[in-house]
Amino acid sequence: MSDVPAPVVHQHAPPTGFLRKYVFSVDHKVIGKQYYGLALVSVFLGMLLSWLMRFHLVWTNAAIPGLQVLSKNGAPGGVMTPEYYLSLLTMHGTLMVFFVLTNAPFAGFGNYFLPIQVGAEDMAFPRFNMMSFWVTFLAFLVLVTSFFIPDGPPTSGWTAYAPLSAVGKDAGPGLAWGQNLWAISIGLFCVGQLLGSLNFIATTLDLRTKGMTLSRLPISTWAWFITSCIGLLAFAVLLPACVLLILDRVAGTSFFIPAGLVISDHLQPHSGGSPLLWQHLFWFFGQPEVYIAIVPAMGIVSHILMASMRKPLLSVKVVYSSMIAIGFLSYMVWGHHMFLSGMNPFSALVFSFPTLVITIPATIITMIWIGSIYGANLRFHTASLFSLGFISVFVAGGVSGFFLAQPSLDIYLHGTYFVVGHFHMVMGVAAIFGILAGTYFWFPKMTGRMMNDTLGKIHFWIPFIGVYCIFMPFHFLGFAGNVRRYSTFVDDYLQPLLPLHKFISIAAFITGAAQLIFLYNLIYSRFKGAPAPQNPWEATSLEWTTTSPPPFDNFGGRHVVVNHGPNEYGVKGAHGDFIMQDSAEPEPAGD
Amino acid sequence: MSSVALKPERGSQPTAQTSPALSGVWVAVAAITMSFAAFTSSLIIRQASGNDWRHLALPGILYLNTMVLLASSLTLEIARRKQISELAGTRSWLYLTLALGSAFLVGQGVAWRQMRGQGLYLATSPNSSFFYVLTVLHALHVLGGLLGFLYVIRRTARASVWRAVTADAAAVYWHFLAGLWVYLLLVLRTRL
Repeated sequence: MSDVPAPVVHQHAPPTGFLRKYVFSVDHKVIGKQYYGLALVSVFLGMLLSWLMRFHLVWTNAAIPGLQVLSKNGAPGGVMTPEYYLSLLTMHGTLMVFFVLTNAPFAGFGNYFLPIQVGAEDMAFPRFNMMSFWVTFLAFLVLVTSFFIPDGPPTSGWTAYAPLSAVGKDAGPGLAWGQNLWAISIGLFCVGQLLGSLNFIATTLDLRTKGMTLSRLPISTWAWFITSCIGLLAFAVLLPACVLLILDRVAGTSFFIPAGLVISDHLQPHSGGSPLLWQHLFWFFGQPEVYIAIVPAMGIVSHILMASMRKPLLSVKVVYSSMIAIGFLSYMVWGHHMFLSGMNPFSALVFSFPTLVITIPATIITMIWIGSIYGANLRFHTASLFSLGFISVFVAGGVSGFFLAQPSLDIYLHGTYFVVGHFHMVMGVAAIFGILAGTYFWFPKMTGRMMNDTLGKIHFWIPFIGVYCIFMPFHFLGFAGNVRRYSTFVDDYLQPLLPLHKFISIAAFITGAAQLIFLYNLIYSRFKGAPAPQNPWEATSLEWTTTSPPPFDNFGGRHVVVNHGPNEYGVKGAHGDFIMQDSAEPEPAGD
Repeated sequence: MSSVALKPERGSQPTAQTSPALSGVWVAVAAITMSFAAFTSSLIIRQASGNDWRHLALPGILYLNTMVLLASSLTLEIARRKQISELAGTRSWLYLTLALGSAFLVGQGVAWRQMRGQGLYLATSPNSSFFYVLTVLHALHVLGGLLGFLYVIRRTARASVWRAVTADAAAVYWHFLAGLWVYLLLVLRTRL
């Protein structure tokens, strides 16, 4: 359309005053830390909820001191009711999937490092960026408010299936205002994510510095860019779903509620709606969402592994092409969550095929990691340990997906602990390992101090063993027919499984407690950690060319010019076995 | 800076110099398209799921509103081209676009009142539910676009190299909304 000179994003002067510098800041680095902080609060809250659940499953009639203070109705005398168990389960899932796994690896690290890695001074739309965080924070506040209302949080799960989520208070505790707050919170979260994706895409396309072609982008930037494209289209579908759900709940419409429902002896006034419609809308968002959770971690892990191995991956181009393929295929597989919903078995087959196909790019990426590590002289520090751990848990959790992808097997396994084991390992644990790898790797850049590596390694090994103790037995429980989302196991066939549940719960408490080591390390190192050199890992990407922490405009007024790709490891450079992206050295011979 | 010749990446392109405003608005267009696609799918599924689909007659004013909105697209395009060729009168055409856009919203308000006059409210039938959902959400996006115009008008008041690209981005958004409305009208006409 029109001729424009190089865009000048940095139209805001350095902020003054506490509020502008640390609270309502348009600086992408502050916003990234704010997202990370929100994710940190959410993950500890979500973990606490999981402890409450695991305790109740094993010691069902035991009182949990203080729980009755949180909910008089949900936990009389400190013993939680089955409905309250479902409330905690719903909040655990919602907090973890939305406020941890979408926030930290994508909005957190992505906001902080994407502009720096492309050589820009800030995101394309700094004020939209600030708005995206505060909308997300508001969503968090709205969600946790549901703990403090008399009826408590909703009981419909993070998936909020209709008609349970749509009918209102007749369906039980938590489904009046608790569910309303959930729907409003998630609707707000969608808006925050859409604004965030807008920034990531525009910044990656338009604010790359001179010489930073798309093929020279670091793999982590590719991952954030691909994730933002996936997220843009996915959250744009969840938002309408939340709108329709709210209308069913407060305006008397019948999008999701069929006719003739009698709940608590009340005939519901709605008719004609389709509960399956909610499932289609939700899972059309939900499956891309799990890739939104994992692709940034794949990018972070790839980025860290190259710096740790001192050699590039076998093919970075194939890795990000596979990520693109995953993103594309993720929109075709949503029905694999609905094999038992009553939909046509032929359509189950149609969804099963791309579900199996999507394992191919994921396997390609995994094989490239493993093939690249083979024969490498790997530097073992906490970040690289967590990266290796990521590969381990991703594979361990991923292989159970092959089983679930087949409708004939899913008939048995759906709704059992097999599914719970699968998604916790492949998405939950793997993404957390990616977040932790990123934390240990980028902490020196963000704070100018090193985290304690000994504590970091202890922090790695306890959860690494712990998560296997917790989630691998879940697969066995699923095979044995252990149904998920039950608050107590009273059936005869479940009694022999109780000792295993006890083992899992104890493993969960220990694994959770080990996170305190991380928290201590994080806070102590922030103030008392050893001063970090500018490039402690001898990495090549642009964030390591600037000070730690970076100045307000990222590069101190310097206009960065990129001359190399980000994967120049294992080559003869002026400063060692690597060449930084902005180095004026020539390309190594034979390249 | 080194004077050593550096081998370019094979197949690399020069760093893009496109405007973030234009990229941003196309991204927003993609997201809004996806949202209305979700609503359309919901309508189709809902129509098939129950036996309570009761045909309703669309208020006639909707067709007049459509003409008004398309006219506003035309006036905006005139404003934009005048700006490119630096002919006078840009601001007048922008103000006219603003007025026509506002008239569209007023007309939609009249349509909603006419629907209520026929006893068709949000929850009366699934048809009326989708009518209100689709038209109200589109109107909210139009309102956002009008606020964007006020911003464009403010920016074109100052001599700045950003004038053209800001107006271009607003034009993409506005033409998209006009096209979206035509699509929605077709859906409402054929399905409701």
